[in-house]
Amino acid sequence: MAKTRAPLDTKEQPGFRGVALFCLFVLYAPILILMIFSFNSGSIVTHWEGVSLHWYGTAIANDDFHSAAKNTMIIAITATIVSTVTATLAAIGMTRVKPWKGLMTAFMVINLPLMVPEIVTAIATLSFFALVAGKLGINLGIGNLIIAHSVFCIPFAYMPIRARLEDMDLTLEQAAADLYATPWHAFRRVTLPLLVPGILSGMALAFIVSFDDFTITQLVAGPGQTTLPLYIWNQIRRPMTPEINAISTILLMVSIIVVAISFLIARKRR
Amino acid sequence: MRDEPDTSAIAIRQVSKVFGTGEDRVTALAEVEIDIRANEFFTLLGPSGCGKTTLLRLIAGFDYPTTGEIRLYGEDIARLPPYKRPINTVFQNYALFPHMTVGQNIGFGLEMLGRPKAETAARVDTMLKLVRMEELKNRKTSQISGGQQQRVALARALAPQPKVLLLDEPLSALDYKLRKEMQLELKRLQHETGITFIFVTHDQEEALTMSDRIAVMSKGHVLQIGSAHEIYDKPSERFVANFIGETNFLEGEVLAVDGASASVRLGAGATVSAGVPDGFAPKGRATVVIRPEHAEVVAPSGAEAFAGTVSNVVYFGTDTHYYVTLDGGEEFMVRRQNSRGAQVFDTGARVGVRVDDGAARVLRD
Ligand SMILES: Nc1ncnc2c1ncn2[C@@H]1O[C@H](COP(=O)(O)OP(=O)(O)OP(=O)(O)O)[C@@H](O)[C@H]1O
Ligand SMILES: [Mg+2]
Repeated sequence: MAKTRAPLDTKEQPGFRGVALFCLFVLYAPILILMIFSFNSGSIVTHWEGVSLHWYGTAIANDDFHSAAKNTMIIAITATIVSTVTATLAAIGMTRVKPWKGLMTAFMVINLPLMVPEIVTAIATLSFFALVAGKLGINLGIGNLIIAHSVFCIPFAYMPIRARLEDMDLTLEQAAADLYATPWHAFRRVTLPLLVPGILSGMALAFIVSFDDFTITQLVAGPGQTTLPLYIWNQIRRPMTPEINAISTILLMVSIIVVAISFLIARKRR
Repeated sequence: MRDEPDTSAIAIRQVSKVFGTGEDRVTALAEVEIDIRANEFFTLLGPSGCGKTTLLRLIAGFDYPTTGEIRLYGEDIARLPPYKRPINTVFQNYALFPHMTVGQNIGFGLEMLGRPKAETAARVDTMLKLVRMEELKNRKTSQISGGQQQRVALARALAPQPKVLLLDEPLSALDYKLRKEMQLELKRLQHETGITFIFVTHDQEEALTMSDRIAVMSKGHVLQIGSAHEIYDKPSERFVANFIGETNFLEGEVLAVDGASASVRLGAGATVSAGVPDGFAPKGRATVVIRPEHAEVVAPSGAEAFAGTVSNVVYFGTDTHYYVTLDGGEEFMVRRQNSRGAQVFDTGARVGVRVDDGAARVLRD
């Protein structure tokens, strides 16, 4: 008897395996190699001498790394909170209202930054802060970076929150209203708890985007406002040691942990 | 027909609802006028798209009428938001809060009303007992069956002791056996709580078995309101007669009207005395309906209303359907219970059709 199978099972197409393996290799082999060499005991990035945690020790003991990590965390955490709150309000404002004329425009305005080349945003932001500093004499220091990050993180936080709101069964909110919940109580007791997984995804995305941003940060950052990506960039212009690999690996781990935590909490809430 | 304003739990006065504008304009409800009495099991019956859900949503407050009033014990509530109306809803998809337990769902309404915790807790337990769900109090709503979710939805809507309970096709998602069970359960709950139920269905059998009174709707209009008996035995419109049960339509000429009855000469030859809808004076051509079980197939004697030839016989176990081609050319169906000793006719047999006294009705249209 003929084996029945889905008419277009991509896995059965000739060459699928090869293409898949090649893609995976190109994606992950460099990262894997980077991580492996972070445990190199020698001082040359491309020459393996033995296993050691030496470079992690050096990295952690390094004051410049400390201050870069501190800046990154301050900026990323503040930007995450500000952008997620803003994005949540925007998403609610745009899915829980009667359709109005400007709705489509508002949607585009919120999402447009995703399409603008980052270098353009970066230069625009730089010019803006320069103008503010020049004309008004206001310089917020690291505040400039926080503002810039908060703003460009909004569309990233917005997407999963909006998706969740659109998927939500509207009769749940009606049921709450039917059971004497005022609009505020219906939001607080029904909409918001059900929105948590979306908010967590939005937060995770905003955090990662801010955490590893290079282009905008590079242009906007003033002296003493080095973040981790900038710090790594400055390091590779000198003779490279596996310390860079160790720092990169730490960065990668932070990213993975943030995503994993938000994923796990979101799954538990379901 | 209007009741005295004070005796109606809900009085719907000239309510219209129009969706959209221009070409997309849909009149979902057209000058609907209904009085629903306190403690009544009232059913809105009609085919898909006739406006049942729209009317229920207006009563619940999820939408507002384009024109007209909705009075709850005399007070116009048509513009109040849902959370200010002492009316609760059982949703078709139940709409249980997935992040709360069964108990929390049932207590939600009382909590929102700001009732003391102890009172809420006690009431939740009473409701759980009422719907026989005591053991499932601490389950998540995703961990219970469809029938159980249905009971929780009922308990949740009944817990705040609303003045009126709205149910939008609450049984349509259940399988046949469970549906029969829940029909009895709903009747019991309505009886025990004494709350006015407004029940929506497109299932005529469900409507007939459960309701104190029924409003038959079509295309945004209420065509007839009455008890199951009135609706079934005395349909006043063609749509009602057709939608509920099976019936025979016969064309004829009105000869005379005498109060509630008219004498009509049918195309088939016979002249019958037929009941007339309230406040209606038929004249000229008219349609008369006769239910298939209100007629009898007998050996022809000349004294029957009609004579004809059996064109088909369909056996259904408990009863038999005779299709008779009357001598005037119309098809007439007779339903007869299969009891021992009943005379059997075969296809092609010459028969007479006797009609019960008072079975014929003149339609309004
Ligand atoms: N929000 C809306 N916008 C436009 N038209 C609507 C809207 N809601 C309902 N309608 C229209 O109003 C009419 C009545 O709809 P309604 O949902 O009340 O029907 P129903 O009797 O409940 O039908 P069903 O048995 O299928 O649930 C339909 O023609 C429907 O298309
Ligand atoms: Mg409906």
